[in-house]
Amino acid sequence: MTGGSPLRVLIVDDEAPARSRIRDLLSDCALKLPLEIAGEAATGREALDLLPATEPDVVLLDIRMPEMDGLEFAQHLLKLDEPPAVIFTTAYDAYALKAFEVHAVDYLLKPIRLGRLFEALSRAREITPLRLDVLRALKPEPRSHLSVNERGRIHLIPLAEILYLKAELKYVTARTAQHEFLLEESLTGLEQEFLGGFMRVHRNCLVAKSAIRGFERTTGADGESQWVVLLNGVPEKLPVSRRQQQIVREFGRHLK
Amino acid sequence: MGSINQNANASALPNFRNLGILLRILVIVDGACLAAALFKAGAPLALMEELIDLSATVQPTLLASLLVLAAANNWLRRLAYWPAIAAVIAIELAVATMVYFLGRSVFDNPGEIERYWIFTLLITGVLIGYFDLRGRALSPALTEARLQALQARIRPHFLFNSINAVLSLIRKNPAQAEHALEDMADLFRVLMADNRELSPLVREVELCRQYMALEQLRLGERLQVEWDLAEMPADALIPPLVLQPLLENAVYHGIEPSSAPGTIMIRISHHRDQLHIMLRNPYRPDGEHHAGNRMALANIRERLALHFDAEAGITTTATADSYEVRITIPYMKGGGR
Repeated sequence: MTGGSPLRVLIVDDEAPARSRIRDLLSDCALKLPLEIAGEAATGREALDLLPATEPDVVLLDIRMPEMDGLEFAQHLLKLDEPPAVIFTTAYDAYALKAFEVHAVDYLLKPIRLGRLFEALSRAREITPLRLDVLRALKPEPRSHLSVNERGRIHLIPLAEILYLKAELKYVTARTAQHEFLLEESLTGLEQEFLGGFMRVHRNCLVAKSAIRGFERTTGADGESQWVVLLNGVPEKLPVSRRQQQIVREFGRHLK
Repeated sequence: MGSINQNANASALPNFRNLGILLRILVIVDGACLAAALFKAGAPLALMEELIDLSATVQPTLLASLLVLAAANNWLRRLAYWPAIAAVIAIELAVATMVYFLGRSVFDNPGEIERYWIFTLLITGVLIGYFDLRGRALSPALTEARLQALQARIRPHFLFNSINAVLSLIRKNPAQAEHALEDMADLFRVLMADNRELSPLVREVELCRQYMALEQLRLGERLQVEWDLAEMPADALIPPLVLQPLLENAVYHGIEPSSAPGTIMIRISHHRDQLHIMLRNPYRPDGEHHAGNRMALANIRERLALHFDAEAGITTTATADSYEVRITIPYMKGGGR
């Protein structure tokens, strides 16, 4: 990111006219500020796929978007080693904007004014990177996806596909029917965020309620018998700790 | 406006053809009967007897009165207040006397006719007093004020996004931008107008089409609309801005949360003297914006109640993937304006 190279801008907005308007304004800005449009995307997922090829310096990011909103997208963006600067764009959201001011998060109001955009882009290289805790405070609702950085590429894991989350040394493993992903997040944090959909079966393990097929009594390595969780779609059996045994009964009651 | 203010505090007879008014009369008179029976009955077992005894004379009088009042309604409403009250009392006494003489052939001991007159006068007086008070509480001025406060408000979100969409068109497609601005002007003219009187249904539908054209501009093929207006009466009147806020809700909750195309369906039809409006949109349980939806619905419900009392209804049904609103209002003709 040398000072002389043109600023690369990625546009993320679900509405085509809104993207087209930003394109027009960017070409106006380009007369005075070296910049180029790195790409544009209509959804957060599309934008994440574009990142490796486009390597933007700045993302102009709409907040209200279908499937994954801008505030969640920005959280996934932070998984990159050098995340681009983010400038949010929004039509109207009195509450969010108050919070943005409090946390000094950059935003532009739609319809965007040329002057404001120019100003924001001129400062873009000095923008202090977003902080995860700030984004979490701005959007306390659970994320719709978890994400991992795989060799510079952000991979999204839809929450609905996750069967269980298991803490192992430094990482948390997220298991889907096909894959395992290593997350750099804490199990306690994940448990608090996704309280409704997951169940703690062991000190180190959260299981998606929808993935539980049943429970089974087995004899463990130490010769003592214990309960294990059976899952839909994968053969693994996860041990239920002695302290969490009441969930077996609760689950049984649930089925009735 | 002036004419409304002039008689803001004037008393007026209730509309005896309104279902809500009729129900209120029934409830109050039967309540009085029950109270009288309770008072007269010494033991709980005697209560039923007293009630049946009373009902035998009260119910025929009551039902006959309602029939005569409903029949005379238009004539009564043309009279000034006090002559109308005198007419109502005269009607009531006549009905009571008639029922008394008809009943004399059936019952052994009908008692003195004066008792019937006094009872009739008492109940009629109480009811007239009640409707006068209620009329004052819902006096035109107050009702107008409430209606004004309840006027539909458009989401700022929509306003700014639409302006943004129009801005994006100006350079590339000025003609389309012009058209969109004209639609916006029409929409806001209605939104800012005095929307307290009924307006033609066809105008509301036209307004909704303009609104949808603006949303289509932003959302493109994500927004699909199906109108089923084959059975829509061309001359119907409805409170303005009942349909548009519902469409706005449907777009906000049903279309915007998904990047896949979704269809909003609107059907307007009538059956005898009732007008039915049905609106269905895809539903994504995202759990976020429901407060706004409830507020819009409560607003419309209250406006319908102020216009039609108990004769209008609004119901909603949510299934796993769709959300439906149904409105039933009396079919008022006069769309030729």
